Amino acid sequence: MRVKQHAEAAQEFILDEARTDWHDETLWFVRNKRDKAVNTIPEWEILRDWASRIKNHTLSNLDHYLTSFEEKALKNGIIIHWAADAEDHNRIIHKIITDNKIDKIVKSKSMLTEECHLNEYLQNRGIQILDTDLGEYIVQLRQETPSHIVLPAIHLKRQDVSETFHEHLHTEKGNYDPQYLAGCARQHLRERFVESELAITGVNFAIAESGSFVVCTNEGNADMGVHSAGIHIACMGIEKLIPKTEHLGVFLRLLARSATGQPITTYSSHFNRARPGQQMHVVIVDNGRSRQLGRPDFRNSLKCIRCAACFNTCPVYRRSGGHSYHSAVAGPIGSILNPNLDMQANSDLPFASTLCGSCSNVCPVKIDIHEQLWKWRQVIVANGYVNKGKKAGMQGMAWVLSNPQVYRFSGKIGRWVMRTFPFIVNNRLNVWFKQREMPRAPEKSFRDWFKENK
Amino acid sequence: MSTRETILKAVAMNKPELTELPDMDLSLSIQYPNLINQFVSMVESSGGKAFCQNSSEELLKDITGVKSEGKFMINLLENLPSTELENQNASELESLDTLYLRARLGVAENGAMWISEKQMSNRLLPFICQHLVIVINPEDLVNNMHEAYQQIDAVSEGFGVFIAGPSKTADIEQNLVIGAHGARSLRVYLL
Repeated sequence: MRVKQHAEAAQEFILDEARTDWHDETLWFVRNKRDKAVNTIPEWEILRDWASRIKNHTLSNLDHYLTSFEEKALKNGIIIHWAADAEDHNRIIHKIITDNKIDKIVKSKSMLTEECHLNEYLQNRGIQILDTDLGEYIVQLRQETPSHIVLPAIHLKRQDVSETFHEHLHTEKGNYDPQYLAGCARQHLRERFVESELAITGVNFAIAESGSFVVCTNEGNADMGVHSAGIHIACMGIEKLIPKTEHLGVFLRLLARSATGQPITTYSSHFNRARPGQQMHVVIVDNGRSRQLGRPDFRNSLKCIRCAACFNTCPVYRRSGGHSYHSAVAGPIGSILNPNLDMQANSDLPFASTLCGSCSNVCPVKIDIHEQLWKWRQVIVANGYVNKGKKAGMQGMAWVLSNPQVYRFSGKIGRWVMRTFPFIVNNRLNVWFKQREMPRAPEKSFRDWFKENK
Repeated sequence: MSTRETILKAVAMNKPELTELPDMDLSLSIQYPNLINQFVSMVESSGGKAFCQNSSEELLKDITGVKSEGKFMINLLENLPSTELENQNASELESLDTLYLRARLGVAENGAMWISEKQMSNRLLPFICQHLVIVINPEDLVNNMHEAYQQIDAVSEGFGVFIAGPSKTADIEQNLVIGAHGARSLRVYLL
């Protein structure tokens, strides 16, 4: 099946205008909560600067920090696996499951496992994983994917959730109360936690000096699974490292405030060793990250701590929905990460932006997201991954804009046409006319006016 | 070459020129004129309830109340940790109603409290209980997370957690629901 390009999928998303407005306003509400939380911390900009420099430093010495993390974790009895790509990652996890003859598996939120399509891989081999983050649980029941990395079910309304739960959990039909619905999920999932044999989690931060890692949740689902199950598998990208425990102070102050406007997540769990009798595995995944590290213009996208502040502020994301980005990580950050994974398949994403720069302004680790979007566009065009129409149009524009006489002449023609034969531009063939009135053409250009009036 | 070596080699080859870690002047971090007030307000805004007046009587009432209802409770404030408790599994603890325990430290900027593995005795307890009651010495409050990490040893025990409020979710239309998978309520006694 052909994957719809961002613009096509977005066009379908906005057909439901009321829902589009709701999506837009809800995410903007989250962005506002972020601002309120940020404004209580006078040293916020200093924190961002430290976080950015800690991550820059870590990336500049990443091989050393990876081996240090491994060495300490091994000493702590953690089993370390290395995965070059998604296939490796999935195979390693599959092997742990089959070696231990496991069939009850719970998973808390991990965008890396989404990126690697772990659920699908295991499902094809007859193994079911249960997603336990409420939002992920909802989208899993609906056989959808998360549309937002922090708020996976933000594309759904309570009526959708109610219908889904009625179908799968036999909840009361027509009961749309979030408290009731979440309560039913809690009850159902509690049984699954208690009986779980293996728990998969992501990793928010891995500490090089101690071989420990931190997992942050609000729901407590990661801990419910991990502390119940006999085996814990934590999956992390190589970029999750930070050098020292004290650096957690910086990142935990930034993460939740940027993500949801909370001062910290409910649970920030620090895993150092397995509990007696438990197996603890960490899968360290590259999957294109070392390649991105070698791209000077794009490497600092690897500083990302997955807070999604750039999603919530983005005028394009808010009005096009996460699924339009056809990737595990949507939004502005996804649009600069995904072309590295597959440039051709994701060549539309860097164009899904107005380049307004709001993403870069809210980023807690100071990634120059909008500049990278602009740079990816150039790389994508140079590699021939834009359609001929867009390419010809851009070349035409470049010619006009670099020849002052042609520019002035075409301006004159354009103004005359718009005044004399408005129907030539006021019709459906002109994409600029869609959902807009064309402006009234002025008599003369600013240049002509200035010459007369200076 | 093993996958490990391939990855490490690619990283070493592609990494940028070495930059320095920032020299962090932590004295620039937020300080509060009244740690208790700030901490209490953060506990309450995160959905918890805090008691700082007559807190020892209030705590006693709390414990007697839960006891009288005959619910399954574990009081780690009195009982010494036992190997029996340490080894209890999820199905044995599933019906746990209320857990009482002491936190090592509380953070005024966000209402988070640090609980080490020793203090919780069994890693499941603070998560699987329906209601969580934490006792904290007001002298163990610090301003911010930087101070917190200076005081705790986050990595010496097998596990440790910062807990701020009861478990919660906003995954259904951004409506806040208290009691997602972990504790449905949190009471904090400053004592």
